[in-house]
Amino acid sequence: MSVSVRGLDVDLEGRPVLRGVSLEVPAGAWTAVIGPNGAGKSTLLRAVLGLVRPRGGAVRVAGEDPWSLTPRRRARLVAYAPQNPNLPPGMTVFDYTLLGRSPYIPLLGRESARDRAVAAQALDRLDLTGLAGRPLDRLSGGERQRVVLARALAQQAPVLALDEPTTALDIGHQQQVMDLVERLRRDDGLTVLTTIHDLTLAGQYADALVLLSGGRVAASGPPGEVLTAEAVGAHFGARVHVAPGPDGRPVLSLERSRGEGR
Amino acid sequence: MRTREAARLRPLPLAVAVLVLLAAMLAALLVGPAGLPAAGVVKALADRLPFVHVDSGLAAVDRNVLFELRLPRVLLGAVVGGLLAVAGAGYQGVFRNPLADPYLLGAAAGAGVGATLVIVVLSDRPTPAVPLASFAGALGGVALAYGLGSTAGRGGSGTATLVLAGVAVSSFLASVQAFLQQAKAEELQRIYSWILGGLGLADWPTLAMIAPYAAVAVVTLLLHGRLLDVLSVGDEEAASLGLSAARVRLTVLAAASLATACAVAVSGLIGFVGVVVPHVVRRLAGGSYRIVLPLSLLGGAAFLTVADLVGRTIVAPGELPLGVVTAFVGGPFFVLVLRAVRGRAEP
Ligand SMILES: Nc1ncnc2c1ncn2[C@@H]1O[C@H](COP(=O)(O)OP(=O)(O)O)[C@@H](O)[C@H]1O
Ligand SMILES: [Mg+2]
Repeated sequence: MSVSVRGLDVDLEGRPVLRGVSLEVPAGAWTAVIGPNGAGKSTLLRAVLGLVRPRGGAVRVAGEDPWSLTPRRRARLVAYAPQNPNLPPGMTVFDYTLLGRSPYIPLLGRESARDRAVAAQALDRLDLTGLAGRPLDRLSGGERQRVVLARALAQQAPVLALDEPTTALDIGHQQQVMDLVERLRRDDGLTVLTTIHDLTLAGQYADALVLLSGGRVAASGPPGEVLTAEAVGAHFGARVHVAPGPDGRPVLSLERSRGEGR
Repeated sequence: MRTREAARLRPLPLAVAVLVLLAAMLAALLVGPAGLPAAGVVKALADRLPFVHVDSGLAAVDRNVLFELRLPRVLLGAVVGGLLAVAGAGYQGVFRNPLADPYLLGAAAGAGVGATLVIVVLSDRPTPAVPLASFAGALGGVALAYGLGSTAGRGGSGTATLVLAGVAVSSFLASVQAFLQQAKAEELQRIYSWILGGLGLADWPTLAMIAPYAAVAVVTLLLHGRLLDVLSVGDEEAASLGLSAARVRLTVLAAASLATACAVAVSGLIGFVGVVVPHVVRRLAGGSYRIVLPLSLLGGAAFLTVADLVGRTIVAPGELPLGVVTAFVGGPFFVLVLRAVRGRAEP
């Protein structure tokens, strides 16, 4: 299930947010969208999900235009973990995960034993089984982020759209979540589109990076080509040192500005 | 494994709620100016069940009190209380706001204007047009409050703004209603006793008049419990989960307004039931709308039955208007709910 975006223009509240954005995520691949705050990463993801109406250009998920699909069909195609999810206080982790089954539950019906089993399995994969009965408002930041991911997994959609899935996680949980997404991609053949603001992390896991800046694609391609010290300097205003890691993927380190501090 | 079960109404809380309601209704049937013997009342009621024949031993006059005065009033109280509470729960799901209530949202006042219009213009008796006009009025009231609230509250802070807008709309609509009533001032006492908020009009035809609308509203609301749970993650996420958020909103809004309209058309303006009851239910049994909606229906019925009982006994032989009793309980309670909501929003 490939994702294809061509010449996408999106306006929000009359202001241009995306201009001429194109990207291709082949079926079963992982593409990460990077870029400074406000570049339009989340908006791009929402356009792929059919949640915002493009002003121009085309979005195709598995060959279909998500905006014109019914919400149910769309939800069976793309699962979404938003950057700032609403976690209804009092709802349990299990019930929240079960929300991911909505596109399969008859409108006025109730969930089946299979829906419950899929939700339980999603929790299991994310090491959350022990928290299944815990209300959402009594979770740590990292646990919350994993619960949102569990809901997306329970959706069993061939395309995963994850908006900053690792922001609130410590380094161990970042690795755990990214490894898990990688395993899903490999084992279940999922197509993954994520935004990640940790550039090294993006470069370690994604097959391809798309650098958004000011609503336009500034660079795209394999991590080694996109993550250059010049590009990071130009678009993030940061001075970094880029060196290939053990597997050849780029590793970024910040350089302290000389003359600052001490 | 218990944790692998979804939130849904379990038998125990349901049974407790039913028992509480039945106990409240029985108490309300027994207490009144004409003392009725408990055993006789129970037997007389059982006698009315199909295939059951018992001799109640009640005198004809007592039977008359029971079946023509007490029973319709108790039933109407239960129906109105259930409708207001389940409507409140529905509005709370639609607006994702635990303070939403038919009374505070302007729905009840709108329904009052609608009903008054029909009575003033068309006839001086309850007609099927009354609930329909109330319905239109209720929808108008909510739309006004919501429109005003979202204009005034641009950029967030929704919870309180919506209620403030609702209060403003309610006051405005109440004055419209007062104006309409003045047009027929001479008949005010006789015809519009319901405006004070009470069950004085209770009789079988009144019950029959609202029954079909109430049934449609309640069934629709109860069917939407799971969808309201999905909606609790917000419109955009609900859409990403396959829900047509706007359609669910509109359906629940219409059903809650119809429920409100039925209640207002026969009992006038009774506030706070829709805030108090769902809040208590949430605390006791869980926050899923699959639990909150049905238990609010039962709890609201029990609550208003007791409130009416208190209203007509505490100052006997006088009678406190029902709306006064619920406001006495509900006002302070409202502040508690507000505090709980605020405490959660600003940890
Ligand atoms: N709902 C919205 N309405 C109007 N403008 C928005 C909305 N959401 C985001 N924007 C604007 O669009 C731009 C891109 O936002 P976003 O896609 O969230 O960026 P990123 O995820 O890269 O930080 C920002 O300038 C932001 O202010
Ligand atoms: Mg973002």
